[in-house]
Amino acid sequence: MYTFSNRLKIASLILMAVGAIGIAAGFISMPGTVKEAKDIVASHSDGHNNHNVATELHNAESHSATGHDSKHDEHLLHQLQNKPWSALYVAAFFFFMIALGVLAFYAIQRAAQAGWSPLLFRVMEGITAYIVPGGIIVFVILLASVAHMNHLFVWMDAEVVAHDKLLQGKAGYLNGTFFLIRAAIFLGGWILYRTVSRKLSLAQDKADDNKNFVKNFRWSAGFLVFYLVSESMMSWDWIMSVDPHWFSTLFGWYVFASMFVSGITVIAMITIYLKSKGYLEDVNDSHIHDLAKFMFGISIFWTYLWFAQFMLIWYANIPEEVTYFVTRIEDYNLPFFGMIVMNFVFPLLLLMNSDYKRINWFVIMTGIVILAGHYLDIFNMIMPATVGDQWSIGIPEISSILFFAGLFIFVVFRALTTAPLQPKRNPFIEESKHFHY
Amino acid sequence: MASKVIQAFYNDDDILMLAVKKVKAAKHHIEEVYCPFPVHGLDKAMGLAPTRLAITSFLYGCIGLTIAIVMMNYIMIEDWPQDIGGKPSFSYLENMPSFVPIMFELTVFFAAHLMVITFYMRSKLWPFKQAENPDVRTTDDLFLMEIEIHDNEEELKSLLANTGAVEINISEK
Repeated sequence: MYTFSNRLKIASLILMAVGAIGIAAGFISMPGTVKEAKDIVASHSDGHNNHNVATELHNAESHSATGHDSKHDEHLLHQLQNKPWSALYVAAFFFFMIALGVLAFYAIQRAAQAGWSPLLFRVMEGITAYIVPGGIIVFVILLASVAHMNHLFVWMDAEVVAHDKLLQGKAGYLNGTFFLIRAAIFLGGWILYRTVSRKLSLAQDKADDNKNFVKNFRWSAGFLVFYLVSESMMSWDWIMSVDPHWFSTLFGWYVFASMFVSGITVIAMITIYLKSKGYLEDVNDSHIHDLAKFMFGISIFWTYLWFAQFMLIWYANIPEEVTYFVTRIEDYNLPFFGMIVMNFVFPLLLLMNSDYKRINWFVIMTGIVILAGHYLDIFNMIMPATVGDQWSIGIPEISSILFFAGLFIFVVFRALTTAPLQPKRNPFIEESKHFHY
Repeated sequence: MASKVIQAFYNDDDILMLAVKKVKAAKHHIEEVYCPFPVHGLDKAMGLAPTRLAITSFLYGCIGLTIAIVMMNYIMIEDWPQDIGGKPSFSYLENMPSFVPIMFELTVFFAAHLMVITFYMRSKLWPFKQAENPDVRTTDDLFLMEIEIHDNEEELKSLLANTGAVEINISEK
């Protein structure tokens, strides 16, 4: 049995406390009026670029009387009010999606009856425990959006829809009630599978036949069908609809690739951590090697989808589509292209060599970069629509990451203590123990 | 120069792997192992040097990538400038996204094909070549380990019999 070490527990609690303070600070410093918003922008750009401030102030002075400008200021206020919410949402979704990605990976292992991975099942089950609190938090944020406590989703604003023909046409799908019903169905389905599969997995240890194992196989296969549909719709609802005019038909796959590679990376990192603490004796370098192969492969897969989405839109050059990338290239140049370096070039070069995939600290280091890169990926999906060019990675963003990282560690490692780390009666456990590439 | 070899037959890849390890532990030099399919880890167990095929493959990939870039730069930009996607920039770099699929495909094409050709040449395989495997059953369901005999026929025989060989033959080579 694994015991949650006090040092790690305290570290996770500190992360949560610091994160909570930072999140609160972000909400408190949120501007309430247009004037406050303008002050924030002026003081911010002061440090960075004096030339910009001068022109911006000049613009503000010379046009302040016109109606267009006051509309612009209103817009700026909304963007800054969205900032702490977006930061919270991006981090909440990012850590939730890690758990969801691991759940998908776990279900694939079950459905494929893979022989190499049963030793890692308890690690995966520990990570998927986060799907319950993480999913509830995401749901609460979405609920707050529908309740107009924030303006992450522009289509929820009746005023905007009234003046927008395209949004009126989509109102049958994009409306608050249906949105929440869908979210509840997705989360309910995922949590149900997680609970059932975990129960069957524990029951298999005590049973004297393979009935639970077979049942788990059937549940997993069924879940994968539900997951592929629900995950795709989830990505339209929770992410793509922040830009309600824009759409991409492979968006579900793209988000899936991101959550899959992040999930696998976290499995590898937690496995290596537990091994370093003397648990999981039977996990050998070949298991790490296989996880690293997946990290490498899915990173390439992610890049393939990223490029497929980008290239077609870039090539076709249709104004309403291409605006998505124009915003990102102009206002988010560094995170947008930096993310490709972190998610593609970095793992490509570091994990290409077969031997490097077996060096544990190498996998951890690459994993940290991959996780940071995929946080940026989610950041780039949400922020341009909600905060526009007012983005930064400051106190609200970092605090949100810290808070959810702390919560994630706390929930996952507490779940790991509730069952033996090695399944006893999985029919493939011997094969997994002797797994040798 | 005629030399005598001992040939041990196995009917399972796991037994073969254990046998190879035992023979290596007894410090005999294994001439060759013939298998109906590739056996994972056999090269390491036999103590063969790591393959350098991966390095050649990387080099071929680089050649393919270079050829793709030079070729498209000539065709699409220099010789007959193309207006790509309504963006008549006539610059390779600015039109790069549309060239990526071809760059990727030619990299893979060169790496794969040249690697296979290299593998055939390195393994001395070519069309109409006479098969080298000493027993046709190694193309069906048997594994064969071949060890050269240096006046230690009996010793080798008893060693191989203990490794689970289903048949042991002595033959002139």
